[in-house]
Amino acid sequence: MSDHNYQPQSKFGKWFNDRLPLLTLANHLTDYPTPKNLNYWWTFGGILTFCLITQIVTGLVLAMHYIAHADMAFDSVEHIMRDVNYGWLIRYIHANGASMFFLAVYIHIFRSLFYGSYKSPREIIWIIGIIIYLLMMAAAFMGYVLPWGQMSFWGATVITNLFSAIPLVGEGIVTWLWGGYSVDNPTLTRFFTLHYLIPFLILGLVVLHIWALHVPGNNNPVGIDIKKPSKDTVPFHPYIVIKDGFALLMFMIVFAFFVFYTPNILGHADNYIEADPLVTPAHIVPEWYLLPFYAILRSVPDKLLGVVAMLSAILILAALPWLDTSKIRSAVFRPLYKQFYWILVADVLILGYVGAMPAEGLYLLIARIATAYYFLHFLVILPVLGFKERTLPIPLSITEPILGGSPNLAAAKIEKGLDKLK
Amino acid sequence: MSEKKTNRRDFLFTATYAVGAVGVGATIWPMIDQMNPDASVKALASTEVDVSSVNVGKTITVLWRGKPVFIRRRTQDEIAEARSVKLEDLKHPENDEDRAKDPEWLVMLGVCTHLGCVPLDQKGDYNGWFCPCHGSHYDTSGRIRKGPAPTNMEIPKYEFVNANTIKIG
Repeated sequence: MSDHNYQPQSKFGKWFNDRLPLLTLANHLTDYPTPKNLNYWWTFGGILTFCLITQIVTGLVLAMHYIAHADMAFDSVEHIMRDVNYGWLIRYIHANGASMFFLAVYIHIFRSLFYGSYKSPREIIWIIGIIIYLLMMAAAFMGYVLPWGQMSFWGATVITNLFSAIPLVGEGIVTWLWGGYSVDNPTLTRFFTLHYLIPFLILGLVVLHIWALHVPGNNNPVGIDIKKPSKDTVPFHPYIVIKDGFALLMFMIVFAFFVFYTPNILGHADNYIEADPLVTPAHIVPEWYLLPFYAILRSVPDKLLGVVAMLSAILILAALPWLDTSKIRSAVFRPLYKQFYWILVADVLILGYVGAMPAEGLYLLIARIATAYYFLHFLVILPVLGFKERTLPIPLSITEPILGGSPNLAAAKIEKGLDKLK
Repeated sequence: MSEKKTNRRDFLFTATYAVGAVGVGATIWPMIDQMNPDASVKALASTEVDVSSVNVGKTITVLWRGKPVFIRRRTQDEIAEARSVKLEDLKHPENDEDRAKDPEWLVMLGVCTHLGCVPLDQKGDYNGWFCPCHGSHYDTSGRIRKGPAPTNMEIPKYEFVNANTIKIG
């Protein structure tokens, strides 16, 4: 790679780069060799960076007008919506931005699952990603509490009460989290502080995520290791920059549709009623991006085990690089895994659907089956599949199947020929 | 130097680590404990409620420590129903006699023991309370009968100051 002995052209550039090699870093990022077969599913990393920056910038502006106090929070949000110049726009971008962020992160995660991007040598990238995902959920949850509406208050009550399932110390932890005997002003002020902090933690982890990515380089749709730089790669700039930019524009059209045409469709009407500790809304439902886990929580009839199942459903992802025993990364060459992959996608969508429905009757039964299948996929199907599955031959390089045909196929032909000679 | 001998330096290291650990602990504890309920929250520990206007078969809800407290004046049917249940049928066995000292008055925290929602009055399969969040059913004594909640609704410390006034806390 050229980036280690990069020399700036100008005299000042040389002088500066010798003291702080920022130009070397910039050169590394522009020249960074990228597999040339990356498809549009690979553009969501850039889209997610855009989402994070959007949330930080709009959040910063909202914090200039928001008041974190149980008596004033609800009114201050209405003040933002009605009085502050363009306040409605900034708040709608921030609120819908959270949903767009999760939409993009779910596509990003399922892309990894399809193409086996979490496998060696990319386990650390994957685990950092899971930590980012957990922090995103924490930030989204606390952000949802800040407007101090009915859903804010009761969502906060239900989620913090999850900790009371812990034996012996549970109640003490919940009181400590609340700073009182119920969700109240001390809870609101600390949630505001943490909601402000977490995006910057995520930003730091994103830097590590990208750093760890740049050590082995990108995985690709064929899922094979490639030589870098070589005929199989293109420099990040301008090829990937343009492709990411185009995908980002498409994504922003979807984003803008929600912000300008249906800004409240992903929220709940109950959150436009101020928090009332005496009345629980008839249907408590979390935001759409948490529904699959909510369904898992409710499908277990025991309090502690329900919480354990819900947390396990997330944490099991961190163990994925070791649960998937197959050496082949891309599902393109794994005919059986490809089918189980789509069943898992359907399973998670079903969990999301029943999570939004009342936990009774048929819905509860479906939730239980889908929960069982979710764990079955990761704990049984994936480990066994790696040993049982007959994978398709993988090419030696990205260009080879197009220019010369796979050497494995060629070898198969020769064997057939030898059989005929016998 | 094949055999390790304890010397002055080892003692200094051990002493430094020990004092350092105490110092770190003493610094972290205030940072953790500041999140616990403060003096002003604890000061609101008790509240007095006038119940003279509560008729038989009615429930009032009052706020105590930021949480709802149900005060229900039960009907004779409800009392009979609550007292006739066998203990072995209960998930969290408690006698109604222990939960309602004066059988007519049931005073309890209106907080579902599953995840903290406020159950609805006169709903559910046992004519008591029903939690809309995750479907826990409570009987006329506030005992859990069906659903994910692990325990009966909690009875706070309370007393009758006089015939018409209950002091909670």
